[in-house]
Amino acid sequence: MTEEIIIAGFGGQGVLSMGKILAYSGLMQGKEVTWMPAYGPEQRGGTANVTVILSDDRISSPILNEFDTAIILNQQSLDKFEKTIKPGGTLIYDPYGITKEPTRKDINVYRINAMDTSIEMNAPKSFNMIILGGLLKIRPIVELENVLKGLKKTLPERHHHLIPMNEVALKKGMEIIG
Amino acid sequence: MSEEIKLMKGNEAIAHAAIRCGCDGYFGYPITPQSEVLETLMEVEPWKTTGMNVLQAESEVAAINMVYGGAGTGKKVMTSSSSPGVSLKQEGVSYLAGAELPALIVNVMRGGPGLGTIQPSQADYFQTVKGGGHGDYKLIALAPASVQEMADFVGLAFDLAFKYRNPAIILADGVIGQMMEKVVLPPFKARRTDEEIVKECPWAAVGKPKNRERNVITSLELDPAVMEERNIHLQEKYKTIEANEVRYEEIQCEDAEYLLVAFGSSARICQKAVEVARAQGIKVGLLRPITLWPFPSKIIAKYADQVKAMLSVELNAGQMVEDVRLAVNGKVKVEHFGRLGGIVYTPDEIIEAMKTKIM
Repeated sequence: MTEEIIIAGFGGQGVLSMGKILAYSGLMQGKEVTWMPAYGPEQRGGTANVTVILSDDRISSPILNEFDTAIILNQQSLDKFEKTIKPGGTLIYDPYGITKEPTRKDINVYRINAMDTSIEMNAPKSFNMIILGGLLKIRPIVELENVLKGLKKTLPERHHHLIPMNEVALKKGMEIIG
Repeated sequence: MSEEIKLMKGNEAIAHAAIRCGCDGYFGYPITPQSEVLETLMEVEPWKTTGMNVLQAESEVAAINMVYGGAGTGKKVMTSSSSPGVSLKQEGVSYLAGAELPALIVNVMRGGPGLGTIQPSQADYFQTVKGGGHGDYKLIALAPASVQEMADFVGLAFDLAFKYRNPAIILADGVIGQMMEKVVLPPFKARRTDEEIVKECPWAAVGKPKNRERNVITSLELDPAVMEERNIHLQEKYKTIEANEVRYEEIQCEDAEYLLVAFGSSARICQKAVEVARAQGIKVGLLRPITLWPFPSKIIAKYADQVKAMLSVELNAGQMVEDVRLAVNGKVKVEHFGRLGGIVYTPDEIIEAMKTKIM
């Protein structure tokens, strides 16, 4: 099985780190993984995106023109990536940054109010973990246990006390996606 | 599992592999998209463990000349940079080749010419394999296509550099440098002791003992007859390397009617194109040169008897395609497809180019 994912939004939303945690989770689950960021001027403000591929086999290209799943966190990214989702694929978006709703009928579209929820939870930094939780509800490509292992690998030790909070956010994301 | 599998960027893998293969010194200067090499070394602080020196030089020119100095004493030394920085190093690279010094240069290419852009490119192929600096010299050029190869090729490049007393280069690009993949790092190898260096590098300038003549490290020779001899010796050495060190990978080539030729990140994207095209019933294969010099001309010539046409896929305006054409020697059509200035093609663009250019 291969899952080809694009995560796109604003720099600072945790797009790259969400991708990194997902990639590490895949690694913990014994999968082949690649994480390819758009590392250009995007990283210095503006839009940011990362392609994450998890597979049971050797991964060929880290750069793709179509995706199984797109996680979209702002309008610019929706404009750019909605058309790149494979027919029958999955679009997950947070309506917070969206002014024009997605229009495609041949894909599965899910909304997740992660921005609002993270503010309600008084944990705006766990925004991306809420999104990741939502993804894993819809596409259970890695087990939660491996995501927590991935978090442990990704976060520096001084931040390990934040892991329980991230777990709460992941589970919240699984609840609220619809 | 005996070896821990890690997830890291290609640039980070270069740094970790350098420490682990017993590198004595790294001299560099930051530039996107390769800055993580120096950053990782500074973070790991190998001078506290293996004793490896890490220095941020005042410029790329200083860094390559520090490499020259270190290499002259038989030490395992390296530098890394990206395209504009590698251009600055070219005088030093030519001197290293002229003085027959083993060293490792890493180029994580970005779009040019000039300062260009920080996005990936493969437009330094000519610079790497056709010279770059002045004079008749060659660099042993390795082109990694994965983070694992970024790690593996550091040790390999040093081995080849010392085996042939010749500088080696790892030619990567922004894709391979910046992406994260699984990697198993090479096992730790101790740095060589002074005694081991004297034994393995009898040419090294390590202080003159009474029982031998002075070792002189220089590329200068004012007597043209002697200089010609030296050049002939270099050319003979290059022939030996060409005979022994060609490396390549063949992917789905056995029954191929069309052949893609691509190195580094392009080879990865081409591999996907091959998968998709095969699903459409097109019999296409991929030949990936791993050594760009020595170039796998013989195997490409062999495929000229099998396939209908070849497409050289490179992130440049058509550089390696010249070597593919030389190898094929007119037997079949060889075309080029590229994107320029930091734009990276997607697999479907490659399939489209294949259909319009060679089918």
